[in-house]
Amino acid sequence: MSLQDELTTLLDEALVQINDAADVKALNQVRVHWLGKKGPLTEVLRGMKNLSPEERPVVGALANEVRDALTTAISERQTHLELIALDAQLASETIDVTLPGRSVKQGQPHVLQQIIENLEDQFIGMGYQVIEGPEVEEDQYNFERMNLPKDHPARDMQDTFYITPEILMRTQTSPVQARTMEAHDFNQGPLKMVSPGRVYRRDTDDATHSHQFHQMEGLVIDKHITMGDLKGTLLAVAHNLFGEAHDIRLRPSYFPFTEPSVEVDISWNAVTPDMNPEDIEWIEVLGAGMVHPNVLRKSGIDPEVYGGFAFGLGPDRFAMLKYGVEDIRNFYLNDVRFLTQFDQKG
Amino acid sequence: MKVSVNWLRDYLPIALPASELAEKISRTAVEVEGQYQPKGNMKKVVIAKVLSVVPHPDSDHLVITQLDAGEDEPIQVVTGAPNVAEGQTVVLAKHGSVIGDNKKIRKGKLRGELSNGMLAALQELGFEDKVAPKDFEDGIWVFNDIDAADLQPGEDALTVLGLDDDVLETGITPNRADLFSMNGTAWEVAAILSEEPTLPAFELNETDEQTSDVIEATAPAELASKYAVRVVKNVTVKDSPLWLQRRLWTMGIRPISNIVDITNYMLLMYGQPMHAFDLNALPEAEVHVRRAYDKEAIKTLDGVAREASADDIVIASGDEALMFAGVMGGESTEVTHETTDIVLEGAIFEPKSIRHTARDQSLHSEASMRFERGVNVEDTFTALDHAAALVAELADGQVTAGRVVAQDYSYEAPVVDVSVDRVNHVLGTTITAAEIAAVFDRLFFDYEKNDNVFSVTIPARRWDITIAADLIEEIARLYGFDNLPATLPTGETTPGKLTPKQQLVRASRHALEGLGLNQAISYVLTTPEKADRFKLHEGEPIQLDYPMSQDRQQTRSSLLTGLLDDVAYNVARKQTDVALYEQGRVFVSDGDLTKRPQEIEHLAGVLSGNITERTWVQKAQAADFYVLKGIVEQLLKNYDFVEPVHFVANTVRQDMHPGRTADIYVGNTLIGFVGQIHPMTAKEYRINETFAFELNLDEIIALPKHQGRYEAISRYPAVSRDLAILVDRDVPASRIEEAIQQAGGKYLHDIVIFDVYTGGNVPSDMKSVAFGLTFINAEQTMLDEETNQTVDHIAGALAEQFGAEIR
Repeated sequence: MSLQDELTTLLDEALVQINDAADVKALNQVRVHWLGKKGPLTEVLRGMKNLSPEERPVVGALANEVRDALTTAISERQTHLELIALDAQLASETIDVTLPGRSVKQGQPHVLQQIIENLEDQFIGMGYQVIEGPEVEEDQYNFERMNLPKDHPARDMQDTFYITPEILMRTQTSPVQARTMEAHDFNQGPLKMVSPGRVYRRDTDDATHSHQFHQMEGLVIDKHITMGDLKGTLLAVAHNLFGEAHDIRLRPSYFPFTEPSVEVDISWNAVTPDMNPEDIEWIEVLGAGMVHPNVLRKSGIDPEVYGGFAFGLGPDRFAMLKYGVEDIRNFYLNDVRFLTQFDQKG
Repeated sequence: MKVSVNWLRDYLPIALPASELAEKISRTAVEVEGQYQPKGNMKKVVIAKVLSVVPHPDSDHLVITQLDAGEDEPIQVVTGAPNVAEGQTVVLAKHGSVIGDNKKIRKGKLRGELSNGMLAALQELGFEDKVAPKDFEDGIWVFNDIDAADLQPGEDALTVLGLDDDVLETGITPNRADLFSMNGTAWEVAAILSEEPTLPAFELNETDEQTSDVIEATAPAELASKYAVRVVKNVTVKDSPLWLQRRLWTMGIRPISNIVDITNYMLLMYGQPMHAFDLNALPEAEVHVRRAYDKEAIKTLDGVAREASADDIVIASGDEALMFAGVMGGESTEVTHETTDIVLEGAIFEPKSIRHTARDQSLHSEASMRFERGVNVEDTFTALDHAAALVAELADGQVTAGRVVAQDYSYEAPVVDVSVDRVNHVLGTTITAAEIAAVFDRLFFDYEKNDNVFSVTIPARRWDITIAADLIEEIARLYGFDNLPATLPTGETTPGKLTPKQQLVRASRHALEGLGLNQAISYVLTTPEKADRFKLHEGEPIQLDYPMSQDRQQTRSSLLTGLLDDVAYNVARKQTDVALYEQGRVFVSDGDLTKRPQEIEHLAGVLSGNITERTWVQKAQAADFYVLKGIVEQLLKNYDFVEPVHFVANTVRQDMHPGRTADIYVGNTLIGFVGQIHPMTAKEYRINETFAFELNLDEIIALPKHQGRYEAISRYPAVSRDLAILVDRDVPASRIEEAIQQAGGKYLHDIVIFDVYTGGNVPSDMKSVAFGLTFINAEQTMLDEETNQTVDHIAGALAEQFGAEIR
């Protein structure tokens, strides 16, 4: 048999063995057997010294071809076997992905905080500052400066926790109006602020009353601020909190620090243009009005030049309406089953 | 105030349904808080005449009556009413009727005798006890003979009693006290409906006798701006006619007797409180208005002996104080059924004193409420004359000639200017002068118009209007708020943003939420005991002057006191795993109550029970000191303080576990503490083992922080070495760390304590602590030899300082 024939036979036999190798280890043995120093290919090559100079390059080239073919076949087989092994390994690693994950706890903001922050962000977007005021206030700011002198019958509207005749737990966020107005420099532009915070009333706690609750005051003072601007601003608030389809309406009311004064109702149901007005359910949500000239004057602002609007809304009431919370005490008793229901929905 | 729509119809035609009227009033004037017909769903209640009364054969308290109810046959009804008698005109709830409280009346047998219905007391027809003229115990309602003459058996009793009237309950705001009268309400409704009201008229006949010959009256102007009396002689005190009783009870006022009812009628009609004295009970033939003497005794009409103070106004005669002026009458001069001559008083008293008396004596009456809020000064004497005329008519008296006037403030109608431009400037509208004029016409305000300015003469009945803004409100509400545009403020724009402090407060909250704590908002007011707990500041809580309850009387000194209440609330409801934080203020007073206390922003948190629950993959993990400290450390790391944060054991912090509490410092500034609640305190709050921290957020905000700091990442690899030592058990880890830091040279980058071990083969007074040290040289690769030398140096330092033994 010629060397050429031997090489061809060797290639065929070796390819069969490579393809039969069942795993990487067996393949390695095949490789050592056929391509090793004592293997058949080396043996064949050793016989080349007996060939004629003409034959030598021909057989040499063929031998190299055979070696390359075997090397390639082994490499391919190896890749194939490794993939099979990996598949088997991965299959053995299968877990039940439907089991729950390890618990990682995240806390949540209080629902009132969510409502307040939501409103703050909306007003910041409209160019307002967020300003805080003291919770223990002077009678002066809480009442007098808000056009509520001592013995004014409207003081009966708010039962007050007094500490001394001149110091009290603030009953409203309105005193922040006075504090902000007296500090504001109109050369720096108009005054636009909201002031969220805790307020206190001398009330017995029940489902709808709390001696502690929240308010958010709003105040805009400039040279030309209209009641239409108030209406538009509150409409924007209603849309933000309850959705674009909700409408508002104003009704006459009374606050000593605004004139005209209004109560604002928000439609509980979505309002469509073809809707019968009687089918709209209105819910009272906040008080507002045009800042009373006396309030401006008491804070050193000329009511002939400047004017504006103010409003006071109740995050507690908004939260109760929005989520159907029936008992205001839920907000302050901090039952974890209550707190954890409002995951960033405000 | 309750408003009878039937009564309103005396003033102006009202065609629209009560619900629509209520809606219009709510949208234009004041909120209508309720609207109802007193009869509700009552039916088949009729007028009947008692034909006969015979005893029940089988009962000693029941009787059998035969009634003419306008039907062919008499109706037999068995009743236990003690006052039933033959010839009476009464109210019969027939078989199949519905009376108050939705009670259905069916025929039946009472101890064997057929009863085809029920004779009713007013209380059984929905009357409240405080409104029904007679006590329920006194028996069924019986019409007086004069009224009865006009009634037909079988007539609908609900109509006769006025229960089919529509009643509107107006929620009157303090500025609209004019609506505390039917006259004022009529003016308002007229403006809403564009009608003209017809005001009540009366005719007063006087005798020749001069009132001034009968009585004298004096009143200082500072106590009573108006004061006059009239005298009516030879009156017969009896029940009022049905029409008057009906008006009163519909408006929620109990009929008493004709004289008292007339004064109340005037109060409702004019909003003018009025009083009647028994002339012959006066100590002297005079009345005068004065301040009370301190501790002066007055027995009021409600039978209570009271003590006046020098701030009260009283009506006196001779030297005896008869009553609290404008608040409540006195028993000594009360009009009784024996009274023959009366003195009627029409006055306006100084509102602040009235307010004081009403509060001081807890006597908030219909009269005091009106005097506090104001009355129509032009109606005071009209109401007095009207009352006298009615007394003459309904009590058969004779009115003496003239009023005795002690004080008569005369009203000068103010003129308020408002321009069309101003109206539109404030409202954002384009209302025309003609539209504004139409509003003033509807209100029946007189005005002059020059160019674009209206000069409006304000009638006495609208004392709330004093400035242009008030007129703009009148225009806005009658023009209609619905007609205002919805715009946003124009003009110079302003940047809206949170202050750095507000940003940091928000970031702190978000960080704690990310670290697993839920935000709580607790009560600020608490008990004196709890208010003082967990104090971080020198000073005292503040005490409310007049708290509402024992539980809410002082301001908190810490947030933890409220958070522990929250934990207790949860534990009591079997929610034992609690992870909460709160951000809010604590209050610190230096004892000087003439000024506000300091309000300091704090941040606090609690962990109680398990922080993760048991699942298939992990055991429940109980909260412990180090879990909470880890949260606090991460929070504090976020602030990136310039000075280092360190924790120092504090064995004496109030309400905290002496062995498990650390004060927290940034540099030398104490910012708070973290630790376990003292078991005794936990027991008082009824909570389980709880870990807590409280931080002074204002201090944290004020402390210097790194700004825009960045450190390049080293291109050379870090080198790690472990170092385990044996030291005395009491040496705090933080001190060893400090020593390592000092001895570690400039390349020591990080120290991690990865093992603390006691027991086993470690001597009992020692502990083994293992540190993982990381070295980084940003300039070149650390050589092993160099690192080893440093570690040896550290080991040497620890041996020297703590006698530490390298393991």
